[in-house]
Amino acid sequence: MELRLERISHRYDGMTVLEDVSLRIAAGEILCVIGPSGCGKSTLLRLIGGLERPDSGQVLQLGAPPEGCLNPLTFVFQDFALLPWRSVAGNISLVLEDHGIRGRAARAIIDDVLARTRLSDFHAALPRQLSGGMKQRVAIARALAVNPAVLLLDEPLSALDAQTRELLMDDLIDLWQRQRFTGIYVTHNLAEAVRLGHRIAVLSRRPGRLRELVEVPVPMGERRIGDPRLEALQARLWDMMKEEAMAADRELLDV
Amino acid sequence: MSEGRPVPFRGGGFRPVRIRWAGTAVFVLLVALTEWGTRAGWISNLTLPRPSDVVATLVQLWRSGLLWQHLLPSLARLAVGSMLGVSAGIAVGVMIGLFSLVRAGLVPLVAAIFPIPKIALLPLFVIWFGIDEGSKYALIALGTFTPTVVATYGAVDNVDRTLIRMGQSFGLRWFSIVRKIVLPGALPGILSGLRVSLAIGIILLVAAEMLGAEYGIGAYILEAGSLYDLERLFAGVVILSILGVLTSWAIGVLEHRLLHWRG
Repeated sequence: MELRLERISHRYDGMTVLEDVSLRIAAGEILCVIGPSGCGKSTLLRLIGGLERPDSGQVLQLGAPPEGCLNPLTFVFQDFALLPWRSVAGNISLVLEDHGIRGRAARAIIDDVLARTRLSDFHAALPRQLSGGMKQRVAIARALAVNPAVLLLDEPLSALDAQTRELLMDDLIDLWQRQRFTGIYVTHNLAEAVRLGHRIAVLSRRPGRLRELVEVPVPMGERRIGDPRLEALQARLWDMMKEEAMAADRELLDV
Repeated sequence: MSEGRPVPFRGGGFRPVRIRWAGTAVFVLLVALTEWGTRAGWISNLTLPRPSDVVATLVQLWRSGLLWQHLLPSLARLAVGSMLGVSAGIAVGVMIGLFSLVRAGLVPLVAAIFPIPKIALLPLFVIWFGIDEGSKYALIALGTFTPTVVATYGAVDNVDRTLIRMGQSFGLRWFSIVRKIVLPGALPGILSGLRVSLAIGIILLVAAEMLGAEYGIGAYILEAGSLYDLERLFAGVVILSILGVLTSWAIGVLEHRLLHWRG
């Protein structure tokens, strides 16, 4: 399934956060969205996922979602959003129950996604017993359980420490290589963007406009930490964003 | 300088530590002090009854079977009244938490009912619900209703919105979100509200029984008070305290079972 964003604009209380953003995300592609803080990246993702309505413009789904897809546009949140009163398996079962998938069928899906995220030993654990990285892997497993057409990742690694982040980036690349999902990955971390994105959309500071669309020239499987091509790209992105980031940092919020 | 001074410690504190013996110790100390005072004579027996006499009264109450005769009707009233009040309170509180229209309509009403001393309404309740059990149930129900409503909608308001957004993002049905995310998330707040509500229920139980009840802890205390029988008055008060501790303990057990996920 492909997504097309057509001239999206959005405002909160008279303040424009997104202006005239048009994008096309091809099937099987991961698009990273970066930009200075407050540029409306997360808002853009919520608009794409249908959690908010754009003031103007529209988000279009092109083509049918794959067979067996329970929830075409599926989020992975920065703060994991796991129910603390449900076990790992229970959190995944939550998103299946409303589709009438229970008992053995649910069990099979849960076992499969837990195996894919290497969590099989933890299906009875409660969220509070897990580290941040494990929690996010549970959230990723939950997202995989509904067999999404597009994964919407809202700064999924930002609440984690640097080492866990590296591990999870490898996990995400692994998952993508085994089954090529379409993804929109919002982040403020340029290293994540150049590692995980096929293309990178750079937004300007508020009101967020699409400044540039950069192609990452290295195939997903060859990307390693310290790859000079990725480092050069990261430096280029930073040059592009630096001044705006500084300006955004000096802005007052909620004036 | 080769030899330094150790860095002075200035952290610690500001953190409740569980000390089991202190509560009992304070209690035992107070009782012992009263016992000593009444025996030595520096507390006159018009000021406070001797604790050992209160215990003797309790034992006698138990032996004569009067204890159950008074306690059982009281427990039934408390159970029925607070069950009605708490369940209605949770239902209304959840509705206020979920629907803006209900909130706008009922929050001012609840705020208006909450501070009314329900005891003042007792004569009215007698007219509405009759002199016997009906008015007592109604009094306890209304008294437990308002604090439960306030605690419940506060608890629903405090449910993590990101969890609700997560439910929506996975396409969960509205009713599923309420049942699987909002209600379990509000449960800790509802249960701690229940502590307050039930304590208020016990207070109102006694108040209701002071008006037209033959049996009941409240009637027992009222009778003892009018005869200035301090031993029996205190025996009744001790029973109420025990009732309070027991309900609080029962809620603690409930919390432990239902909220084990908090660790």
